[in-house]
Amino acid sequence: MTRSVWKGPFVDGYLLKKADAARASTRSEVIKIWSRRSTILPQFVGLTFGVYNGQKHIPVAVSEEMVGHKFGEFAPTRTFYGHAADKKAKRR
Amino acid sequence: MARIAGVNIPTNKRVVIALQYIHGIGSKKAEEITTALNIPAERRVAQLTDQEVLQIREMIDRDYTVEGDLRREVAMNIKRLMDLGSYRGLRHRRNLPVRGQRTHTNARTRKGKAKPIAGKKK
Repeated sequence: MTRSVWKGPFVDGYLLKKADAARASTRSEVIKIWSRRSTILPQFVGLTFGVYNGQKHIPVAVSEEMVGHKFGEFAPTRTFYGHAADKKAKRR
Repeated sequence: MARIAGVNIPTNKRVVIALQYIHGIGSKKAEEITTALNIPAERRVAQLTDQEVLQIREMIDRDYTVEGDLRREVAMNIKRLMDLGSYRGLRHRRNLPVRGQRTHTNARTRKGKAKPIAGKKK
């Protein structure tokens, strides 16, 4: 079910501070965050976030279209390399 | 024969049913249309006056996205997810279930018919 509108979007508070700081310090830097559950807000557009996937921070350049999605959606947590071919079957 | 919204030619069925042959109109919207235009439920498409057919056509054009436009809209939404590089887009690209269903078993609708794995049996 979708989240109630009256609650507003969910964002971990410290992200706002981090974003502001990044804006202020003109240098474009990857902002490391662990908060995959936070909604991407309009004021994050243009910044690059390093979203943690449980192992490392995946750089995500936030574009206008991403607003409303969650950070976690852009940093996959699973790697799947496909199934190795069956060894027995090969020998036969 | 009545042509409504492009190529759709529903037959001599009741209007509420016939309208559902249009992609993007289900029972809810069909009922909305008939009640808004005061068409009795018993009326068949063949018995509609030209005036009523026109009204139906007008209402669909005005209030609903239907057929090709709807298909395009849906395809665009999916394409947007894929271009964004989001998890949902990834699942669409791989033709796997998008909404977190299990894939260990089942998920046949998305994965298609089961492919046998060579040499699995002894």
